[in-house]
Amino acid sequence: MSGELAVSGLGKSYRRYARPWHRLCEWATGGRLVWHETFWALRGITFSVASGESVGIIGLNGAGKSTLLKILTGTTQPTEGQVQLGGRVAALLELGMGFHPDFSGRQNVMMAGQLMGLPVREIARMMPDIEAFAEIGEYIDQPIRTYSTGMGVRLAFSVATAARPEVLILDETLSVGDAYFQHKCIRRIKEFQEAGTTILLVSHDPTAVKTLCGRALLLDGGRLIQDGPPDLVLDHYNALIAKREANQEILQAEAASGRMTTRSGTFEARIAAIDLLDADGRPARAFTVGERARIRARVEFTSALVAPTVGVLIRDRVGNDVFGTNSFHLAPIDGTYEPGDEMTVDFDIQLNLGVGGYTLTAAVHSDATHLVNNYDWWDKVIGFQILPGPAPPFIGSAWLPVRLHVERHGKMVTSGQERGGARP
Amino acid sequence: MKVGGRLKALWEYRGFVLGMVARDFRGRYLGSALGASWAVLNPLAQILIYTLVFSQVMQARLPNTLDPLAYSLYLCAGLLTWNYFVEVLLRSQTVFLEQANLLKKVSFPRVTLPSYVFLSASVNFSIIWALFLALLLVTGRWPGWALVALVPLLLIQQVLAVGLGLILGVTNVFFRDVAQAVGVGLQFWFWLTPIVYPLNAVPEIVRNLMAWNPLYPLVASYQSIIVEHRWPVWSDLWPVCVMATVVAGVSETVFRHLAGPMVDEL
Repeated sequence: MSGELAVSGLGKSYRRYARPWHRLCEWATGGRLVWHETFWALRGITFSVASGESVGIIGLNGAGKSTLLKILTGTTQPTEGQVQLGGRVAALLELGMGFHPDFSGRQNVMMAGQLMGLPVREIARMMPDIEAFAEIGEYIDQPIRTYSTGMGVRLAFSVATAARPEVLILDETLSVGDAYFQHKCIRRIKEFQEAGTTILLVSHDPTAVKTLCGRALLLDGGRLIQDGPPDLVLDHYNALIAKREANQEILQAEAASGRMTTRSGTFEARIAAIDLLDADGRPARAFTVGERARIRARVEFTSALVAPTVGVLIRDRVGNDVFGTNSFHLAPIDGTYEPGDEMTVDFDIQLNLGVGGYTLTAAVHSDATHLVNNYDWWDKVIGFQILPGPAPPFIGSAWLPVRLHVERHGKMVTSGQERGGARP
Repeated sequence: MKVGGRLKALWEYRGFVLGMVARDFRGRYLGSALGASWAVLNPLAQILIYTLVFSQVMQARLPNTLDPLAYSLYLCAGLLTWNYFVEVLLRSQTVFLEQANLLKKVSFPRVTLPSYVFLSASVNFSIIWALFLALLLVTGRWPGWALVALVPLLLIQQVLAVGLGLILGVTNVFFRDVAQAVGVGLQFWFWLTPIVYPLNAVPEIVRNLMAWNPLYPLVASYQSIIVEHRWPVWSDLWPVCVMATVVAGVSETVFRHLAGPMVDEL
């Protein structure tokens, strides 16, 4: 076995303590007193990589990439799940680890090699190759502090990749030195690839992922949300970035200007609060096509009412009704509500909408429509954006899952699976 | 990881450990103009000051001896070994924090770090102790065969030092207060051990307290070997033996359970 990698149900949680002595109290009581918040940096990660495969790992900051790498390299233990690695793993998480400025290049090479677990004799044997690859000439016997940044990096890369590992983990280290040396590094990595080394590359650089990897994993919020060809995954990643930016913008604008909306009704019952949440329950104003969302309304009663109805309506940019529904049709709310009562209503909805801007309107009324007794009608209370996501491009305001099947003289020519949105 | 697995990993990474020791050694002795002299000048200054203050100013005298050098020898026997103990303890306590970046970025057996600290301190101690023994030889005060007893004595002492150092080093990552507390604690420990003063100089009540000090029988043994050329009283040493064993066991458990979570805290 060499170079295979299997990860199943991997999760890593960290404990957060508000004060250092909270931990002390927990320890002192043998864990009976729980005073920490558990934060999952990574959860439910399952994937496997075949020997010789090259996989890019992408994600926004804080998506869990570094945590995953730390677990794979063995510097930290997972909280749950398993990792199976075949063969020697070399990790280039940071170049020049274990280098000391006062010692010569040669001495530092010995040290760095030993830190990688290589025997002294082996390092001595590889020394000429390491020197040649780093191209630092006579400087090999000078203290590292006299090196230029580029020289140090070259030597570090050279020693880190001196012996071909079965699994190579790279973290953004491709931007080493000048263009010439970068090419040299990429060439070496490609040589490893050809010789059967499994490569895991963590990068923000789409070109690097496309050049080196045949597959990409997308992490977001500590979860593996996509696993597929780099082009597809990178599109999703870009959508994720766009979404996050749009989300920020709309939420900020909302906070700055308040909700410019009209409201009407008797207010015998009123919508005290309404929010649009993403799948993780965070307020969101930008979604990708097909993404799940939750509309949460809190209703307060000022008069006694029987069987109220809560409804939501999504309108497009120009005000056309796109979709609307209410509790009367979904699941009628029975019973009598007294003044001072309140209720929370969640609409879990899949936003199979076309790309563009939409508004959300919410209402409380009696019976099937607001035309009989309108308690509170809150028009265009929230604006939100739909952005392109993993669904193939389409036009119009509705995303209808499609399956394509083409036959020529009865023989199948092409067939395309419908690709829904982000369905976890 | 079991103890056996850890020893195996240590053996596989012996190159790294020795490299770190060599680096320490070179950094300490070869980087400066006076080189190895500094290793001697430091304890020498300590010894001079204590000799002046205690033997000259405060007129402390060792009982049953007329040797003018006796106090200095007594002092060296306790102080140099105490320094060895403290160096291992203090450096083990901070080694994980010092090497935080390495621990976070590179996967290597963590046990190599305390091991290198121990070896590095041992090299320093060997140098200074060799010079001290040379001084004994030159001044005609060679203690003879009783010196052999130093081997088991130092072994017990260093098991204690490494064990305590490991426990403190790991817990210090979680609670930085540990280092501060140890600084205070060591002050008391030093002065509650008869290193710079003879035992007869303190009142009865303090002497009774000494019985609880695990280092006391060790230090007393060093002093009796060096000053009186007498073998230690082995029966006095079993409490410290038991204690060293217990500390070693506890440190093993602490290290096994907390070495992983520790990296997450760095």
